[in-house]
Amino acid sequence: MNDRTRPDLLAPRAEKPGAPADARTATGYIGLSVPRAGARRLLQGRGTYTDDLKLPRLAHVVFFRSPYAHARIRKLDLTTAARQPGVIAAFDGRAIAEYCTPWVGVLAHLKGIKSPPQHAVAIERACWQGEAVAAIVAESRAQGEDALAHVEAEWEELPVVTDMEDALSNRSVIHPELGDNICFKRDFVTEGFEDAFAKADLVVEETYSFGRHTGVTLEGRAILADYNAGEHSLTVYQATQAPHMMQDIFSRHLNIPEANVRVICKDVGGSYGIKVHVYPDEMATAAISVMLRRPVKFLADRLESFLTDIHAREHKAKVRLACTKDGKIIGFDLDDLTGIGPYSVYPRTSGIEGNQVVNLTGGPYAHKNYRARLNVVFTNKNVTCQYRAVGHPIAVAITEGIVDLAAQKLGIDPAEFRRRNLIADDAYPYTFPSGLKFEQLSHHQCLDKLLALMDYQGLRAEQKRLREKKIYRGIGLAAMIEVTNPSPAFYGVGGARISAQDGATVRLEPTGMVTCLVSVTEQGQGTEGIFQQICATAVGVSIDKVRVITGDTGTTPYGGGTWASRGAGIGGEALLQAGKALRANILELAAAALSIDKNALDVSTDAVCDKATGETKMPLAEVGRIGYFRPDTLPLKFQAELTVTRHYTPREYGFTFTNGIQASYVELDTDTGFVKLLKHWVVEDCGTVINPMLVDEQIRGGVVQGIGGAMLEECLYSPEGQLLNGSLADYLVPMSGDTPDIEIAHVCTPTRQSELGAKGVGEAGTAGAPGAVMNAINDALAPLGARVNVQPFTPERILRALGKV
Amino acid sequence: MKAAPFAYAKPGSLREAFALLERHGDRAKLLAGGQSLIAALNMRLATPSILVDLTAIPGIDGIQLRGDHLAIGALVRHREIERSELVAKHAPLLSQAAPHIAHVAIRNAGTIGGSLAMADPAAEWPACCVALEAHIVAASPKGERRIPATKFFKSLFTTALAPREIITAVEVPVAGANTRSAFLELVRRRGDYAIVGLAAHTQLERGALTRLRLVYLGVGDAPVSAAGAMEKLEGKRATPEAIAAAQAALEQDLSPAADLTHSAATKLHLARVLLGRALAALVT
Repeated sequence: MNDRTRPDLLAPRAEKPGAPADARTATGYIGLSVPRAGARRLLQGRGTYTDDLKLPRLAHVVFFRSPYAHARIRKLDLTTAARQPGVIAAFDGRAIAEYCTPWVGVLAHLKGIKSPPQHAVAIERACWQGEAVAAIVAESRAQGEDALAHVEAEWEELPVVTDMEDALSNRSVIHPELGDNICFKRDFVTEGFEDAFAKADLVVEETYSFGRHTGVTLEGRAILADYNAGEHSLTVYQATQAPHMMQDIFSRHLNIPEANVRVICKDVGGSYGIKVHVYPDEMATAAISVMLRRPVKFLADRLESFLTDIHAREHKAKVRLACTKDGKIIGFDLDDLTGIGPYSVYPRTSGIEGNQVVNLTGGPYAHKNYRARLNVVFTNKNVTCQYRAVGHPIAVAITEGIVDLAAQKLGIDPAEFRRRNLIADDAYPYTFPSGLKFEQLSHHQCLDKLLALMDYQGLRAEQKRLREKKIYRGIGLAAMIEVTNPSPAFYGVGGARISAQDGATVRLEPTGMVTCLVSVTEQGQGTEGIFQQICATAVGVSIDKVRVITGDTGTTPYGGGTWASRGAGIGGEALLQAGKALRANILELAAAALSIDKNALDVSTDAVCDKATGETKMPLAEVGRIGYFRPDTLPLKFQAELTVTRHYTPREYGFTFTNGIQASYVELDTDTGFVKLLKHWVVEDCGTVINPMLVDEQIRGGVVQGIGGAMLEECLYSPEGQLLNGSLADYLVPMSGDTPDIEIAHVCTPTRQSELGAKGVGEAGTAGAPGAVMNAINDALAPLGARVNVQPFTPERILRALGKV
Repeated sequence: MKAAPFAYAKPGSLREAFALLERHGDRAKLLAGGQSLIAALNMRLATPSILVDLTAIPGIDGIQLRGDHLAIGALVRHREIERSELVAKHAPLLSQAAPHIAHVAIRNAGTIGGSLAMADPAAEWPACCVALEAHIVAASPKGERRIPATKFFKSLFTTALAPREIITAVEVPVAGANTRSAFLELVRRRGDYAIVGLAAHTQLERGALTRLRLVYLGVGDAPVSAAGAMEKLEGKRATPEAIAAAQAALEQDLSPAADLTHSAATKLHLARVLLGRALAALVT
């Protein structure tokens, strides 16, 4: 560690101190907008990403990918390619399979889910355009790409299934050995459902479609695998969210003892769920490192990213809502269809997204009746899996869309309709018809706060005034619940070796610095920054004294990593407890050294002090000096323990649900079908807010990703299964200039399951934004008698709804 | 995404550049700002054996007023045009169009000569040059010739340039007191290629539209002059009836192909909308 022994010289240039040491409040640094450590380093171009690593004898692998969506490999001749300049080796799927066993992406708790074995490099048959069928290893990436042109392949095209309904019909079965195209199916119904719907005053129905989209991380997928034959060990530098999960997977599929596998995450340039899955080309890279006994690197370039990074969210959902004539919701009825590509992705499966839609639809409302049907089908497109806010954007949009439609039919204001139906704030703990349990939510507080924040009545008045001038503005609301801090109920119970717990080790250094090692990983979202805040608070030191290490299975405690909005709530709690334990141990040592009752001491501002008077008794540097170099001066039976590890798993609830509500204000150009997003508001309850600035920017970033799905982003495929817009010129991601101001406020209901009280927040913006935007557009369209329900809302779709084309 | 191997030359004169073109023929590609070419190289959509970098050639940059026209050197960056007072005064259509070209970072590097030679039908400069009845100055070992912009753009990425010709400048007639222009385009994100765009240019004589030029981008293989619509409006005031007639004429003038997310019918509809808006802008 870099102990800064000459702070007088180094302080002005030091990067670590974010906030001045005196910025602490009664709760330490919790709740302070401390600029995050590391941001300056990244902005100065001093980050170290996987691609920045260069090892001796490093080889580069490139992949020959199927140009067809479904085709049998008639001939694959790599001999000419292997003779090209700089080429080290060329392998087909069979050669790779000698070193890497196939996998099957199923989980036991998703009953009946099925998927065929998937190989790192396809053997005999390719099932989507872009699936790797050969690997070329070369001295440089460019030489590898040169050699790709010399791969000789002959193909026999097979029937292609791209349409979800076509897949469901089983007209052509992609994997005949599975019997049909259905990967996973779920039917759910509450008792008395039919009866309740039959007695309803009003039943509204609508079908919503969602475009397939993807995460578009700034840094592409990246891996550098370094097999050392001398010790039969594998060190993998990987841009991943879950290093321990990957350690287990490399160990099992490459047959290397787990203790000999180390996964290290250097800086990671954004993940959003894209980097938490097992990718065949990355597994092949690790296998090739073993085969060649040398380090091998693979980077997915942008074109490969569009073809092979997981896609998500291709859904068609029919939803019905039953209510009374005075606007009380009786129940929801859902029929969701989603197409996931030819394989269920390993190890999390591609059944989870649809399952989440079933779990969450109707989520904010106090109804008792629910029926859901889910069909997850195989198609010959790229695979889909968990991407930021998994299932939530679908569930929120269809719930909020049908709620608005019901309100419209009844002539009730959408805000008032929600007020009548949101689960009461004093109704908790509450069990939802789909079986989910909510600890404590705050829907009504959030609604009230949102309406005040946006001046709802004022906006409605403005909207009415402008309509007289033929300016069509719309206001859309979207209430939501969100899965965060998942317990083992998410994956572990289904047999996946994915840790729901996390651990933190905190160590007092001899200089009084504190080092913490946490199993949660940093993807650029600022996790290490909030860990600094938590650790400094727990131990009682100023924030510049804390160093954080994450992303290394060789050094950090075992844990799940970053996904499902769990880093702050789970890893943060483990760190809080570890820090508190270290503080207690520091006091034990000081009490022994000073012969003072430890209960009369505390740690404050980098020193042990008198609890009552605040008088400094012993600087932490002195505690470290005694503990490490002069333990002989301590009582004979006293052993200093200046390194502490603690773990945490949420267990009381399957998930720590959060809630929130968003609003969107849009203006519609009825001539062009263009929508201008004027403003967006979010009120969110994520419990304890550790760093308000980071939380708000997480929400803003999430909202923008949600807006992307609603307005712009869609992976378009031809009927032959060819991706039509696989570059950033054609696949449109939102840019800052097209993004509205996003105003954010909070309601704070800490979870009582942990001392920290933090719930997750990273996915909230993405979860709610598409529904809010859709409702705003439909509100603007309403006086024109039009409605849209197919995302993204392109000018074409809006003009068609208006009958202009 | 690594370019295939290629050689690189940076000639110091047109003569040297011609010699390189003579030697390498079709295997050579001219490099100016590189904003389209470099991406094409990296995606291996273009695999030239040599790049001939024009940026060290003297005399083909700068913006100058020469009598009745403005001469804009081939190497002039989009951003220079956007910020040029000469352009704002004498060729306001170009000033209006420049901010629509991609983003500042791209405008800082991309050149007008490169854009014209590329002849992307969705690009801004080709449509503007046609609307302005500009001339493209092309040099070859045989000398220099001036090609009317109206005859320059042949089809998709295809121009009237001969194999060894290099664009050195574009000459734009200077605007008069009655000149009015408007540049409009519809994009889903600022800086994207237009779904439909329109460069409109006219001399407003006592409220009547004369010498009206309506040139669309993004609706064909090259910039498309809306001949029927221009005829309906020529010499007329922009009355609702005249505008409607011109909008109706677009059905004959334009036959846009669908793009990834917009049908041909939608593009035609949007072209009509832009026409109405452009005319409103021209007469106010």
